[in-house]
Amino acid sequence: MSLRIGVDIGGTNTDAVLVNSADHVVAKAKMPTTLDVVSGIRAALAEVLTPAPQEPVVAAMLGTTQCTNAVVERQGLRSVAIVRLGAPATAAVPPFADWPDDLRQAISGHVALVRGGHDFTGQELSPLGEDDIRRAAATAAEEGMPIAIVGVFSAVNPEHERRAAEICAQEAGDGHSISISSMIGSIGFLERENATILNAALTEVARLATTSFEAAVRSACGATTCYFTQNDGTLMALDYARRYPSLMLASGPANSMRGGAYLSGVANGLVVDVGGTTTDIGILVNGFPREAPFVVDIGGVRTNFRMPDVVSLPLGGGTVVRQDGSRVAVGPDSVGYRLTQEGLAFGGGQTTFTDVVLSLGRAELDVPVPRPALEHNLAEQAYRVALELLERGVQRMRPSADPMTGIGVGGGSVLLPECLDGNIEVVRPNDYAVANAIGAAISEVSGSVDRIVAIGARAIEAVHEEVRQEAIAQAVAAGARPAAVRIVLWEEIPIAYLPGNAVRLRAKAAGPLAHAR
Amino acid sequence: MTRRLIGLEELEEIAIGAAVLGTGGGGDPYVGKLWAQERIRARGAVQLVDADDLADDDLVIAAAMMGAPSVIVEKIPSGEELVAAFRAVEQACGAQAAAVMCIEAGGINSTIPFALAADLGLPVVDGDGMGRAFPEVQMVSFAAHGLSATPMAIADEHGNVTVLRSISAEWAERLGRALVVAEGGASVLAQYPIKGRDFKRTAIRGTLSLALEIGAELRRAGRQSGLAIEALTRRLGGVVIFHGKVVQLERETAGGFVRGRVVIEGLETLADSRCEVRFQNENLVAMADGSILASVPDLITLLEEESAHPVTTERLRFGMRVYVLALPCASLWREKLGLAKAGPRCFGLDLDYVPFEQRLAAR
Repeated sequence: MSLRIGVDIGGTNTDAVLVNSADHVVAKAKMPTTLDVVSGIRAALAEVLTPAPQEPVVAAMLGTTQCTNAVVERQGLRSVAIVRLGAPATAAVPPFADWPDDLRQAISGHVALVRGGHDFTGQELSPLGEDDIRRAAATAAEEGMPIAIVGVFSAVNPEHERRAAEICAQEAGDGHSISISSMIGSIGFLERENATILNAALTEVARLATTSFEAAVRSACGATTCYFTQNDGTLMALDYARRYPSLMLASGPANSMRGGAYLSGVANGLVVDVGGTTTDIGILVNGFPREAPFVVDIGGVRTNFRMPDVVSLPLGGGTVVRQDGSRVAVGPDSVGYRLTQEGLAFGGGQTTFTDVVLSLGRAELDVPVPRPALEHNLAEQAYRVALELLERGVQRMRPSADPMTGIGVGGGSVLLPECLDGNIEVVRPNDYAVANAIGAAISEVSGSVDRIVAIGARAIEAVHEEVRQEAIAQAVAAGARPAAVRIVLWEEIPIAYLPGNAVRLRAKAAGPLAHAR
Repeated sequence: MTRRLIGLEELEEIAIGAAVLGTGGGGDPYVGKLWAQERIRARGAVQLVDADDLADDDLVIAAAMMGAPSVIVEKIPSGEELVAAFRAVEQACGAQAAAVMCIEAGGINSTIPFALAADLGLPVVDGDGMGRAFPEVQMVSFAAHGLSATPMAIADEHGNVTVLRSISAEWAERLGRALVVAEGGASVLAQYPIKGRDFKRTAIRGTLSLALEIGAELRRAGRQSGLAIEALTRRLGGVVIFHGKVVQLERETAGGFVRGRVVIEGLETLADSRCEVRFQNENLVAMADGSILASVPDLITLLEEESAHPVTTERLRFGMRVYVLALPCASLWREKLGLAKAGPRCFGLDLDYVPFEQRLAAR
């Protein structure tokens, strides 16, 4: 038997769980997130490792918001050298064209537009401009800038990007940070370029975060392999996380959803994560978060990161409720983590959404508190407003009108009704409050392929099979147990005005870690 | 005589307005907007001039992209190829152009002429050949009036420039489409070289300043979608024909187009109704409870409920709350001449065109 640790660092709390090889929760902890982050991690680890477990801890999985915060707060970002493969194509819109000024100034380094790239069929646009790449890499090495490589249609054919990365590694040295776009984003050149630039800019933040996490884990539980959770709800090894820190953006909601799926045993459903200030709603498809379909705004930059599709509502346990003339206002302000001091039910002076639900007798807390005395009409009205907000969010997310299961996670999920939007029955599994850390602990590794193919000359089934097999091979290469890998996402998206009925095919395969159980 | 300077902010607004006129298709104006903004940053603002400012003998040439919008967002032009295509048409005509023209005020082709105009130091003339988005070269007012689409030049980023002379706009579409595919799925082109007098006679006038105005109204209204919709219906003579939430969505590619339909379940007073919008890149027809509410060539645009911003067919999704807005097409498209080029039957729909105002009045 062996143990694993899952840690989720949120804006407010750092949660940790210890799980055994049967994925059962052995210990759990919720600690405030500290300014330096790492002492909060240490405290949470110490809590779940006391008393010391009998079995060895073989793996630690961490989900962190540090990368998101770095972009939003413009902290710790590096200047980036950009190598664009496609010249003369793409010259009409240079890098950073639509960025907020402060972020552009923080990140903009060198730009080299060189020959290379492919067309939508995967044919070369022009031979790769190797000498120009060499020169750009030399400059980047001199100035100590991470390199971002982005090629036209690299999602169809990543050949040139890979070759350019080789050249850059030769020129700048093996340890130099090199990000290639085909590993990061999908179709949409500018959005993918933006995502790749952000990734490169985050490498220093990621290096510090991963190093300090590893040190904290090592000192708490000895020689343990560290993994980081990605925003698709799967794991990456430490060295991979250092190369692709952008994959950690929004890993928190992904962890909650994965944890919710695991705890409830529901693979296809709606996850409602109720915190102190906000409620996140996401959709589980085959146990994984549904991905956001379009461009994703990160700190004011348009990207096409694959992110969990989440709607975030200004409603949580600490959301302030007040009478506003004849109507009742619910939020958007919240007392947040101070709920247990400032909420009426806890002896404070603020009426919160928690007080509303308790006073109506619609829920009870795990640690019982006296029922707050609220004017019934006010409570009823506030509850209706909150429910309306919640149900609108649910309606935006649910894939169809068919009945489905809702999974309540997060500390505030006790406040949810038994049924949402007519036919979504809400379940709240055990350990719902630390679902995010559990999601990290039970994470799997994955591989994915996103490609435009022209189906016409070839049999459609053969093309589909090829794409699936490639995703599976990638998952195995990332460390998944071959026998347990399966396809968890499959999408076929039609594309207009191309011959031969061109489609975009997306496949993702995932499986449990080969060595961690 | 009206002249207006189009700078960075104005392009933001044109791009929003063009998405309304794009009626669900036309390609995302985003890349074209950034391209034009880049050229304007380098070369200065562009003059948008009224058709009446053109001399009768002035040559005007349309600049546009042709092909898959999903390719343009990946293989972004170099910028040089559009200049090359434009120069090639000038050369074929043996004259210099006095202004750049827009062929399609809906979608990505609304912004591309401004990128070229900034580079060449030419004005853009206010108006276009569609007053909305249409998928094909011949669905243009100039063609409906018998003007030639050619000499037309198609250029790619490698420097290839092909000058076509066709016997009809339909042939220009067929040959051009094949060439564009050979060049990687999307190219830029210059086409419809026409005289100032012909532009005044056959163009759908004022559509670029209209796009600008729509965009400005939507921006000004911010998140107060009620205001925005009121402004849109007032300014454009449009009607909100449905309001509801997407409950069914089907999309497939066939013959190089994205075809499909979206079913919208009514909200509030429309709670017992359902509206179905069929599309082929652009929205073609809106029906409710078995009868037609509006059809091509009238404009059918879906607006997102909260922001009143236009939603393209590719961004539609289950659960989205939308208004369905019908806007009158340019009068040309309601005439025999126009219906022959872009009536419902040109899109394979087995129905006769009736202006949506008449359809609504008869209900």
